[in-house]
Amino acid sequence: MKITTAVLAATISTLAVSASFAQERVEVQFWHAMGGQLGERVDQFASDFNATQDEFTVVPVYQGDYTDTMTSAIAAFRAGEQPHIVQVFEVGTATMMSAAGNGAIYPVHQLFEDSGLAFDESAYLPAVISYYSDTDGNLLSLPFNSSTPVLWHNITLLEENGLEVPTTWDEVWEAARVLKAAGVPSPVGFGWQSWTQIENYSAWHDIQIGTMSNGFGGLGTELTINNEAVVNHIQQIADAGEEGLFTYGGRRGDSRPMFVNGETAMWINSSAYYGGFVNDIQDFEFSQAPMPYDPDVRAEPQNSVIGGATLWVLQGHEADEYRGAAEFLAFLSTAEQQADWAGSTGYVPITTEAYELMSEQGFFAENPGTDVAIEQLSLNQPTANSAGLRFGNFVQIRDVINEELEAVWSGNKSAQEALDAAVERGNELLRRFEDANG
Amino acid sequence: MQKRVFFRSWWLPYVLVAPQIAVTLVFFIWPAYQALESSFYLEDAFGFSRNFVGWRNFEELFGDAGYLRSFRTTLIFGLSVTILSMGMALGLAVCANRVIRSSAAYRTLLIWPYAVAPALAGVLWFFMMNPSLGIVAYMLESTFGMDWNHYVNGNQALALVIVAAAWKQVSYNFLFFLAGLQSIPKSLIEAAAIDRAGPVRRFWSIVFPLLSPTTFFLLVVNLVYAFFDTFAIIHATTSGGPADATSILVYKVYSTGFVGQDYGSSAAQSVILMIMVIAMTFFQFRFIDRRVNY
Repeated sequence: MKITTAVLAATISTLAVSASFAQERVEVQFWHAMGGQLGERVDQFASDFNATQDEFTVVPVYQGDYTDTMTSAIAAFRAGEQPHIVQVFEVGTATMMSAAGNGAIYPVHQLFEDSGLAFDESAYLPAVISYYSDTDGNLLSLPFNSSTPVLWHNITLLEENGLEVPTTWDEVWEAARVLKAAGVPSPVGFGWQSWTQIENYSAWHDIQIGTMSNGFGGLGTELTINNEAVVNHIQQIADAGEEGLFTYGGRRGDSRPMFVNGETAMWINSSAYYGGFVNDIQDFEFSQAPMPYDPDVRAEPQNSVIGGATLWVLQGHEADEYRGAAEFLAFLSTAEQQADWAGSTGYVPITTEAYELMSEQGFFAENPGTDVAIEQLSLNQPTANSAGLRFGNFVQIRDVINEELEAVWSGNKSAQEALDAAVERGNELLRRFEDANG
Repeated sequence: MQKRVFFRSWWLPYVLVAPQIAVTLVFFIWPAYQALESSFYLEDAFGFSRNFVGWRNFEELFGDAGYLRSFRTTLIFGLSVTILSMGMALGLAVCANRVIRSSAAYRTLLIWPYAVAPALAGVLWFFMMNPSLGIVAYMLESTFGMDWNHYVNGNQALALVIVAAAWKQVSYNFLFFLAGLQSIPKSLIEAAAIDRAGPVRRFWSIVFPLLSPTTFFLLVVNLVYAFFDTFAIIHATTSGGPADATSILVYKVYSTGFVGQDYGSSAAQSVILMIMVIAMTFFQFRFIDRRVNY
């Protein structure tokens, strides 16, 4: 039903546009998943772009959350009604990649080339584009909103108790004990647990998440998250839960209110919470710090991996429409647009130029902590373990991981049992994906 | 004696039922057939390849301990929602039936929740019971010293979605029960009263048996509601968690198909669900229907 509404809306806007511009402008459909303030900003991107030239009109259409948007786009593709550009979250990458193999996707590097636009991959941050490149290093989709998990911390609470911002997990638990004694109900917390505590914990310590270069090497990949380091880490959190240092606050960002209320003083989640926190937190000072690490596992942290979404271009439209799509994507990558977007949301700027522009404008100096995300991502040249991951059916696998971790938090399973089960169930889903797409 | 109607032209009855048949074919039979067909295939999201895999989708489902647990969860969920929502509705209907002053106002207020979409009902309760922000969680803690956290405790999470799903359905049941109560002849109740039957006795011996057609109808409707229409509540609140404590069958169909883009397995699950509902309805009409007084 959503799709028909969107198609209807698109038709109406086509009519309106062709009437007012006497069919001069070529229309480019852009389906995205950004609601609320972010959605307004996306509309702004489109109207700014439309004002810069008179050849193309980009029509942004909000399609619901990430899952809805992807499902709608796929259904639309099957019905031959696909948009030109669609925003897909990072875990949908393997699905889109296999569609690329079947010619459903217009790879971004090729799009730029065919449209005669300059495209320099080295201008982008390696940790960002490595997630979305094929094995030859060609960029398939354009990173749009990318973030990475950071350690959000309540400066006021830490200072009141004479604590420094922790850098290792041992320091986190020590600080947590002090805070707990001072009456903080659940000193430690996190959201998006698979992303922050398994995927990023692994990359941060240069540990493999799955075989065949975390799935980049092919569909035959298998998960390896039941390794000793990750099991110990999860067990440590579970033990801390027993001690009262950590209370599980739900999937995704459901535990956000605990940090905003001051129930939690150290919260690991996306850097993109920045924009919301600036509005919502008045009672205390807060900032971001790099994710803690375990020196026993690795002497120095490697680099973190991103989350967020990219823009994919779908096949099946006219060449001049694709030129419009390419122009729009180039517009989004300009340093000015990127700097503005990153500054207001907490997403990371995706090009080095945008990062430098933000530094020049003094954004990072005025807002301490806002450069943590980008520094984490570019701490080292990504390795095969930290470049990202590419697993089929990964949306479902993340749910499996959620389920198994919840069994740990509630004390029904040990970390080892849960992660063994997660690997077994996850591998079954990987085999299904391999069989369906092989 | 049966009434019989004769049509002069032989084709008129067919034309008259044709729209209904067409609607049934297009919206029920055709999708059901497609689900049945898809359940034997393995398909990629974009529909480029489609391979016949026989019973594999079903075999994998029944080999999955989580899926089998989901049956149990669904049964607990379905029965609890039905009993809770019908029990509450009957109680409220009996009370509202006796109210003399401003009864219209009471009735209107009781019908309100039905206008709330299931997803919103879920979010509403989820918010009220949020361990950090929720007013109900706060009261449970301060009054009973109960540590409410449905993010960790699976039983609490299940209770939460049951309450949300039942609350939403109370209004609907209330309407039918009230109508049922009002159609019971006053003379019967008065006669019983003259025979010195107290209110409780009158209810169980006269009112309840005479309500049985309504109760039976609602039983079917509520079970179907609990089994089929509640995925939005789960989706908007617990996403089936914690662990798989609230993962009911219909939510699994949704998440496998729409979140996971695995159409084959999703179709197989909906076929299983379809068979269950057919069996359940058959059972109800075969065994419970006999005990209903029309």
